[in-house]
Amino acid sequence: MTDDHVYLSLAEGSEEGEARWAFGTGFEDPLHGVDTAVPEELDSRILAAYCLALGDDALVLAQRLAEWCTRAPELEEEVALANIGLDLLGQARLLLSRAGQAEGAGRDEDALAYFRNADAFRNVRLAELPNGDFAFSIARLLVMATWRLALFERLTESKDPVLAAVAAKGVKELTYHRDYTAQWTVRLGDGTQESHRRMQRGIEEIWPYTGELFTTAPPEREATEAGIGIDPATVREDVEATLRQVADAATLTLPVIPTLTASPRTGGGRVGKHTDALAPLLTELQSVARAHPEATW
Amino acid sequence: MVTAEHGTGPEERELISARARQVAAEVPDPELPVLTLADLGVLREVEVDADGTVTASITPTYSGCPAMAEMRSDVAARLRAAGFSEVRIRTVLDPPWTTDWISAEGRRKLAEYGIAPPGPAPRRAAGPVPLTLSPTPRAVACPHCGSLETEETSRFSATSCKALWRCYSCLEPFEHLKEI
Repeated sequence: MTDDHVYLSLAEGSEEGEARWAFGTGFEDPLHGVDTAVPEELDSRILAAYCLALGDDALVLAQRLAEWCTRAPELEEEVALANIGLDLLGQARLLLSRAGQAEGAGRDEDALAYFRNADAFRNVRLAELPNGDFAFSIARLLVMATWRLALFERLTESKDPVLAAVAAKGVKELTYHRDYTAQWTVRLGDGTQESHRRMQRGIEEIWPYTGELFTTAPPEREATEAGIGIDPATVREDVEATLRQVADAATLTLPVIPTLTASPRTGGGRVGKHTDALAPLLTELQSVARAHPEATW
Repeated sequence: MVTAEHGTGPEERELISARARQVAAEVPDPELPVLTLADLGVLREVEVDADGTVTASITPTYSGCPAMAEMRSDVAARLRAAGFSEVRIRTVLDPPWTTDWISAEGRRKLAEYGIAPPGPAPRRAAGPVPLTLSPTPRAVACPHCGSLETEETSRFSATSCKALWRCYSCLEPFEHLKEI
């Protein structure tokens, strides 16, 4: 094995798969070699829609975390946020691949990530909000990691074996994400007067968007009925209890989680209604792939 | 040169399997080349079927592990170079990888390389995963001087699987493979 084998493998593409698009590193289907037959009793359309929603949450949030590169207050935090983003990107790749297989229309993870417009994305709006300051980003990540961990813990029982395996793996990663952000929330909230003020403000700024996390949108309703997914309304109590535990230690005040009927403007991501912030995020994410749609490297 | 032909007996097949296992087990990890995929517990299984096809099963450490494609092609290339012409690489997602699968030999090599090996992975009890609000309370021995006067400086390091620590005795920073 020579020192430049990494680059050779990029140039030659993968030995095992047929890499057509290989933006980044000669990646191939992350589910390559996994038994991906959809169990007969499951409705593929429902499975695809549900995996797409969970995959989009992770992809969009990973992109926001990547934006912290070269901008974080300390090198250690930059590395931490980038690594959390990488974990989420890994989850997104697995889930988008699963969505593409279940859909059966020939779209792979790249087609789904790079060649859909904003109105075809199904992520919750909280994931796409611009980063704000460090406290805002920590508040958003704390809520999303706690929520996603609660969902994934339960998804280990999904009737889809691939989704259950992706969730079991994700639980370990999300536990670290949640603990990291919880510790920062305490450090800032229970820190100086200024850090307390900024952390409290971060929580209040993201709060209107938390209602959507616990509202059952059509893809979730169908997936729950089919035994594939989890009704997000059922994790609300657990998530709220954990967040309250963090807020108490951080001397912060948590507002009441809003219901969507009270603030319809802050929901709708699961049916493709997004804030103005998503389209510019996607433009950046998709620019290379769209400029060179047949590129391999 | 190993050739597995039609009609090889069970004893011969067992020898061929052992040989394939040995070849696959020696493939180094692309990111931590001091460790083999077997040391890491990434290589789960190697089987040879009646017509000589070798199936090696590997599992990713983290969902976002960028080295999976490379591990797959490394294992396949090594097996082919050893004379196995039909090679299949299977990816196993379940059960998820845990640092408990790192062998004693792997732990020794990690420490020698300057990375503090992981302690036992947290056991998952029934019910919600408990929240940890304070930094890791466990003492991690400095891989350079063995001192227990160490402190976590960051939960994440150059890769997701490692945390950043420092030693108060020899004053050196070091990485610690996190328990998952």
